[in-house]
Amino acid sequence: MIPRPKTETSVGAPPQPSGRGVRLHSENAVTAQLIRFEGFGKSFGTAKAPMVATRGIDLEIARGEFITIVGPSGCGKSTLLNATAGIFAPTEGRVLYGGVPVAGYNQRVGYMTQSDHLLPWRKVDANIALPLEIQRRPKAEIARRVEELIELVGLTGFGNSYVSQLSGGMRKRCALARLLAYDPDTLLMDEPFGALDAQLRLAMQVQLRNLCTRLNKTVLFVTHDIDEAVALGDRCVVLTGRPGMVREIVTIDLPRDRNLYRLRSNRQYIAATDHLWSLLAPDAAREEGEETP
Amino acid sequence: MNRQIITIWAIRLALLGGLLAVWEGGAGILFDPYFVSRPSEIAEQFWGLLASGRLFYHAGITVVEALAGFVCGGLAGTAVGILLGRNELLGRALDPVILIFYSLPKIALAPLFVIWFGIGIEMKVILTGTIVFFLVFLNTYTGVRGVSRELVAIMKLMGARESDLLTKVVLPSVVTWVFTGLKLSVPYALIGALVGELIAANRGLGYLLSDAAGQFNTSGVFAAILAIIILAVLLNLAVREFERRMMPWQAGQYDREMSI
Ligand SMILES: Nc1ncnc2c1ncn2[C@@H]1O[C@H](COP(=O)(O)OP(=O)(O)OP(=O)(O)O)[C@@H](O)[C@H]1O
Ligand SMILES: [Mg+2]
Repeated sequence: MIPRPKTETSVGAPPQPSGRGVRLHSENAVTAQLIRFEGFGKSFGTAKAPMVATRGIDLEIARGEFITIVGPSGCGKSTLLNATAGIFAPTEGRVLYGGVPVAGYNQRVGYMTQSDHLLPWRKVDANIALPLEIQRRPKAEIARRVEELIELVGLTGFGNSYVSQLSGGMRKRCALARLLAYDPDTLLMDEPFGALDAQLRLAMQVQLRNLCTRLNKTVLFVTHDIDEAVALGDRCVVLTGRPGMVREIVTIDLPRDRNLYRLRSNRQYIAATDHLWSLLAPDAAREEGEETP
Repeated sequence: MNRQIITIWAIRLALLGGLLAVWEGGAGILFDPYFVSRPSEIAEQFWGLLASGRLFYHAGITVVEALAGFVCGGLAGTAVGILLGRNELLGRALDPVILIFYSLPKIALAPLFVIWFGIGIEMKVILTGTIVFFLVFLNTYTGVRGVSRELVAIMKLMGARESDLLTKVVLPSVVTWVFTGLKLSVPYALIGALVGELIAANRGLGYLLSDAAGQFNTSGVFAAILAIIILAVLLNLAVREFERRMMPWQAGQYDREMSI
């Protein structure tokens, strides 16, 4: 659910009531293919007793595209992101980034993992500064950037706290700020907003969507929230239960510079969420009582 | 809270007072003062040592030996631990050597060190350093091996070089282990210095101890032991303080209220 915020700041153009003629990419966006999964499959465990997490994934992602990924818990969503980052090699098929197979750590992606992986011995500001320090940026620039980002994610006043003193949602925001600090071409985000309250979540969604449209970032965004998947995505990849396969790729018929505050009454938005619900409902029913945070 | 602290201290003082009273009053009745001496005589001896400056002279020598060995062994142990921990091949190749030296009680090397380095201060420093080295090395090595692979992967995705990994992830996550090694080492560093002095020396608290024992001066022995205890406690406190300064985020851990 997307709540209506008190302040109705207009972001981007007003929503177009008709989705007809709305193209996926705005004119200035580069539409070259950037990421490509070819028959991607990944099994864990031993060769004798493999645990197939996901298989037969074919997916092409254009530069500047915002892809959301939904599917039941344990179907291999994080696995897709891990493979794109080059954390592990596929056991079947291949993953291409910019036309070349991903081999080793893919430094053109920024990864906001499901667990935040912040450095406990650094304070919030130093955690956010980490990627900038690695890029050997000048101190003054780092300080300025960090301050901007702290404000952006709403952690003002907590720069001087250790990570252990933050709440779960605040840690997520710190990790998000760290991800945005290093400005990679592609953002891999694994349920980044799951732990946020509704207001902040909407604010972050707006920020992210704007940022990515403006800077033409490519995004792979895993979420359990169907509304979020539709609101943010240009396309939404729906995976089946384990072993995860592509069930359907839903093209979201919303403009690139959509106004997230006004989506609730948008016909395309409603149609797309309904469709996703119907796709996921059987799985959801089967999973009833099981995990899914 | 404050009341509790007062109670705790009252219990401690009562216990200490009771012990001293029984010791003092019981000597000559319950047990033979020849073997256990008396608190008053020990205090007198201790005061004598203190007043004549002998205590400071001998304690100073022991402190220098223990500290020099502690620092050298600690630094070398940390460095080698990180080197072998980050270099898997080398670490695995040297595993048997590490095991052999770890199993060997280092004190057994003391006579050999006397032959090699004489009976001067160097021999005690080297003995102490060897003992501390292995304790710190082993802890550091374990710590480096245990550095979160996920954190390392995240750092590498950000484009981190080995030097970044070392200074930003490995060292900070290893300090805890280094300090565990250092804290374990404090008593052993003293053992190293004292054993060295007991075997061959004409200076140091170990010498004071064996000299008093040689003359069957039980009070002198206890006075020397008292000095050694004080020294050990001071060293421990120093390491704790150093630890607190090196790991401010840990202090934050203790200060903050628990929540899960
Ligand atoms: N390192 C690993 N070792 C063994 N099995 C793993 C590992 N990582 C993931 N798996 C398995 O692979 C499957 C897919 O995992 P993945 O983390 O991709 O799921 P997910 O779709 O992200 O789930 P969730 O929505 O709960 O985060 C799971 O069944 C999991 O048990
Ligand atoms: Mg996951």
